[in-house]
Amino acid sequence: MKRTVPLMIVMVGGILMMVQYFIPHQYSQAVFTNYTQWAPIVGAFALILGVGSLTRVHSHKIRRKTKNWQYSWAVLIPLYGMPFLAIIWPQSLAGGMDSPSIFHFFFMHIQVPIQSTMFSLLAFYIASAAFRAFRAKSALATILLLAAVIVMIGQVPIGEIFGRWLPETGLWILRYPNLAAKRAIMLGVGFGILATNLKIIFGVERNWLGGAGK
Amino acid sequence: MYETIGIWVGAFFTLAIYSFLYKENPIYRLAEHLVVGISLGYTMAITYDITLKPRLIEPLLSGNHWILLVPAVLGILYITRFIPGIAWLSRYPIAFLMGTAMGVSFPLTLKTDVLRQLEAAMQPFYMSGMPWHEIFGNIVMIFGTLAALIYFFFSKPHKGLFFGTGSKIGIWVIMLGFGATFGFTVMGRISLLIGRIQYLLGDWLHLIE
Repeated sequence: MKRTVPLMIVMVGGILMMVQYFIPHQYSQAVFTNYTQWAPIVGAFALILGVGSLTRVHSHKIRRKTKNWQYSWAVLIPLYGMPFLAIIWPQSLAGGMDSPSIFHFFFMHIQVPIQSTMFSLLAFYIASAAFRAFRAKSALATILLLAAVIVMIGQVPIGEIFGRWLPETGLWILRYPNLAAKRAIMLGVGFGILATNLKIIFGVERNWLGGAGK
Repeated sequence: MYETIGIWVGAFFTLAIYSFLYKENPIYRLAEHLVVGISLGYTMAITYDITLKPRLIEPLLSGNHWILLVPAVLGILYITRFIPGIAWLSRYPIAFLMGTAMGVSFPLTLKTDVLRQLEAAMQPFYMSGMPWHEIFGNIVMIFGTLAALIYFFFSKPHKGLFFGTGSKIGIWVIMLGFGATFGFTVMGRISLLIGRIQYLLGDWLHLIE
């Protein structure tokens, strides 16, 4: 019951869904339609695990008054405050961005600026990483450096000062050698995904079972 | 008024995140913790609104979709993860999602990541009227893909004319690809940075149009 039944569910479900793709029959389509209705429902409940886990970690921090415990309130209050606001103003969910509400205020004026600033912060770290990694110490590092510089300068208006050849070369690198490398990586990743899928379906890979109850 | 307060709050949190460039500080930590709470709280509200309500609660309340109790019970089994004695029951919903997702993704991955890629790589080198840089590009693309694949093939030692030379050309192609990808990523981040500076100098301080 603890290990065999879940492994059987994976095998039966996996084979069924794999086979249905190749059978264009109404029953096979019905199986897929039901799956597309059920999977999001089951998946939505997984959110409870994440929320429960986060609550446990931060409430533990607050109870024990560990280092920086005050910040845990900054996680827990909006974590439960946002759904609460959505419940008392359900129209703020239905109205989308057009109907201003405190719910959308938190999203548009706190979450969106913080997230986009965090991503833009990476520009500084990428620049410092590039400075360390891009020293042309070998032929391969020089190729990496040249490709990056040509693509970067080719994308901005200043690139045309050096002549049309620079943006065109940048585009050529993106279109051919870059695509060749990406395609080889994608093929490798594709074969890796297929092998992992089969390993999970046939019970060779069992790490997903975790340690709960052995 | 709503927009003005929003812009001031947004500018405050933008500066709070940039303050990390100097060093980690309490304002940055506050912003960092807030974004975790808000994004998960927002996800909870949206998941309820676009998934659970229309797909489960409303059909169940309408009284003729009792079959939906099966995914509901499966989903509720996730909670058993927090009860040590019956934590193993949480494997059932994971098994359902894992098995079906693996089955669904198998033919799709085969199609998109393997067959479509192979199909796209099989291009004619030359067609009449094609400029020389395209012909050269096609040659680079086909042999570059093969060489990069040889580089990733670790079952044979990279020695000799085929595996040795092939893998050497492969790593050159991969480096060109990584360089181009890096350049592209930097450009993306820089444009985000420009966006934030425009927000601060334009929307907030009105120094630029």
